[in-house]
Amino acid sequence: MLHKILPHPYLTLLLIVVWQMLVNKVTPGNLLLGTILGVLIPRITTPYWPNTPRLRSIPRIVEYVLIVLWDICVANVQVAWIILFRSNANTRPAWVAIPLELKTPEAITVLAGTITLTPGTVSSDLSADGRSLLVHCLDAPDPEAVRDQIKARYERRLMEIFE
Amino acid sequence: MIVDILISACLVISGIFGLVGSIGLIKLPDPMMRLHAPTKATTLGVGGALVASMLYFEFVLGRFSFHELMITLFLFLTAPITGHFIAKTHLHLLHRPEDLPPTGSERPWASYESDEARAAIETPETAASEAAGKGE
Repeated sequence: MLHKILPHPYLTLLLIVVWQMLVNKVTPGNLLLGTILGVLIPRITTPYWPNTPRLRSIPRIVEYVLIVLWDICVANVQVAWIILFRSNANTRPAWVAIPLELKTPEAITVLAGTITLTPGTVSSDLSADGRSLLVHCLDAPDPEAVRDQIKARYERRLMEIFE
Repeated sequence: MIVDILISACLVISGIFGLVGSIGLIKLPDPMMRLHAPTKATTLGVGGALVASMLYFEFVLGRFSFHELMITLFLFLTAPITGHFIAKTHLHLLHRPEDLPPTGSERPWASYESDEARAAIETPETAASEAAGKGE
């Protein structure tokens, strides 16, 4: 019964919070409107979300977000360094194929987004069977190290969150 | 005073990273590498300006503002998608499938697989179930 009314409880919660933040003021009226939107939007969009992804543990998600934010800062400085002080002849761009152990589409989407957000790597394509991800690196003298780092640092944590 | 210094520092940092991103756009040799440079402008560059704006509203005007968090959220959702589209366009304009590393299976990278090939691989089950459905 509850599942019928709220097919995606996390999405409902997120929509309510986002609505409060968009109007920038928490009042009973805004909460009510946010709740209406939070109930209606997931129900209308259910056909596009056939499976509800199961999220294992909230602390792990917080840990993942903090790690990604930290990596974004570090990688920004590294890439700025490459742009300013390294000659183009010494920069080694490379394509890397990352074999995926993740199966959930949502988890792969998060991984691809993370790879693009951390500067120096851009995810460009997914193999047709969804088993590996094509990533372009700005400067990778050792492409295998990049692959291993992405697998160990991000994919392992996403496995714990989604699967 | 301290707040002023903090806000100024954030603005200067965001300015520097925005500038470096733009320099990269000019300096780097090929389109795929240039794609890396503007990702800086959207992460630390915009991030610094947003932190400065939050500090200003919180400590100078005395009210908390959520809008900066929203901008961060929407940027983080949309930036990878834009990057992904540009990368794919570039792949199809300037690369051949042979230039890319192997996928590790018989099937190619998704955007190089023709619709016929995909249909041949993925529909047997649905075709079979449809046939079964008609049979009943």
